[in-house]
Amino acid sequence: MIEAKKLSMVYPDGTEALRDVNFVIPAGASCSIIGPSGCGKSTLLFILAGILKPTGGRVQLGAEPREVALILQDYGLFPWKTVYENVVLGLQIRGIPKSERRRIALSLMDKLGLSSFANHYPKQLSGGMQQRVGFARALALKPKILLMDEPLSSLDALTRETLQNFLLELWKDNGMTMVLVTHSIEEAVFLGKVIIVLTPRPGHVAKIIENLNVGDENYRSKEAFFTKCREVRQNIPPAI
Amino acid sequence: MPRGQAEHPTSYIIAALLLIALWYLASLLLASPELPAPPTVFYAFIAGIRADLGYHILISTFRVVYGIALAGSFAVPLGLLCYINRVDKYTAPVIYLLYPIPHIVLLPLIILLFGIGDLSKIVLIAIIVFFQILVTTRDAARNLSTNYIYSLLSLGATAKDIYRHVILPACLPKILTAMRISVGTSIAVLFFVESFATEKGLGYMIMYAWSRMDYPALYASMVAMALLGLCLYLILECVEKRLCAWIYI
Ligand SMILES: Nc1ncnc2c1ncn2[C@@H]1O[C@H](COP(=O)(O)OP(=O)(O)O)[C@@H](O)[C@H]1O
Ligand SMILES: [Mg+2]
Repeated sequence: MIEAKKLSMVYPDGTEALRDVNFVIPAGASCSIIGPSGCGKSTLLFILAGILKPTGGRVQLGAEPREVALILQDYGLFPWKTVYENVVLGLQIRGIPKSERRRIALSLMDKLGLSSFANHYPKQLSGGMQQRVGFARALALKPKILLMDEPLSSLDALTRETLQNFLLELWKDNGMTMVLVTHSIEEAVFLGKVIIVLTPRPGHVAKIIENLNVGDENYRSKEAFFTKCREVRQNIPPAI
Repeated sequence: MPRGQAEHPTSYIIAALLLIALWYLASLLLASPELPAPPTVFYAFIAGIRADLGYHILISTFRVVYGIALAGSFAVPLGLLCYINRVDKYTAPVIYLLYPIPHIVLLPLIILLFGIGDLSKIVLIAIIVFFQILVTTRDAARNLSTNYIYSLLSLGATAKDIYRHVILPACLPKILTAMRISVGTSIAVLFFVESFATEKGLGYMIMYAWSRMDYPALYASMVAMALLGLCLYLILECVEKRLCAWIYI
């Protein structure tokens, strides 16, 4: 479970990023957060991940901090580390023994089709492959809560659909709580059992939309999908 | 490959041959003992090596390497610590006040504190190079994107992890470049500190040869100094290629 109570965030320079944000995401649910750019979505994820302290309100997580993983916008990879070094980094920091972290990393890299790139640097990979490295690094930590900041935004449409399917399967198989920030309505509807719509800055919750058909066979081409997209679109506040 | 080209060994050889040809030409045109021809200097160099030139090269190498190492071991940690706002607030003004001063004028003070032996020579080299490395390292640390830090924090990192996995590796290419540049500076300072109160080192050899008007020996020592600088430069370049492979792809 993730509960945000009266969250507000004003940066030291006076920028008000969030104002009175309230929501509850049930344990094991998938949630999409959608809002225009600059409305405070990344800020919100940093607060949920415990990296930034909100200036008001609080967050309750039904999990230990070490059970939360965050995938940053633009993949958050370290250009000076190889794919393998990036993937094991979280495990290394947590003091997992070398042989154990090797085993976990190799099996995940195999699953994500990264095995033959172990010694490549991120720059040598395509965007889609870099994002897979980001997924592998986060999943290696076996998180109960997975936070993702626009993970698929900079990918081409085909790669994007493949990885959307991958995320859906991942969520179905693992029973983890998944929070995905996006600015694509279709993506929000395809992946979010709960869809939180934010207003322009200072971000606050414009609407929370239930989306119970997530995970249905071929949801993308069903009438219910388009109806839901329309509902979300109608609830997005007009940009100023 | 932004920097790959010039490092090809043949381009070094061509450049060296070209310089020697120019030198030859100049010596023919000038026809004066103050600029001996390359072969003369070459023989003087060989004769020097047969005598004690090798020993003086070793002494100079020791002084320069120690000076740069001493400077780096203070400048790098301090520069990296400037990543922390509170440290930078106090350090930056001090750095920028002291940086433009010609530190060579500190020589009397250094001799007073460290005597006239090797130590004061090494310390003067170190002080001058210290600022070059510090300023570069500090700027690199200050310009680090906070996203890297956030990314590492999201994996549960401590302050130590942040230095080890982000700040040091991200700044290392700049640090090594600063050290490569400092080779040139340190050799210039080396000549200065070896030109008095010592009977060892290439600077001394040059001054001594000059006082005897032994120009071939003077140029032989000068060539030795150039080779010393080139070797150190190439070694640092190799280190950079090994440790920072990621910037060359
Ligand atoms: N460290 C910071 N200091 C000051 N303002 C910031 C900082 N980070 C983000 N902002 C501002 O806060 C607002 C929200 O930013 P962000 O959370 O990145 O938005 P989003 O991810 O929705 O595009 C933006 O106006 C941004 O310029
Ligand atoms: Mg963002």
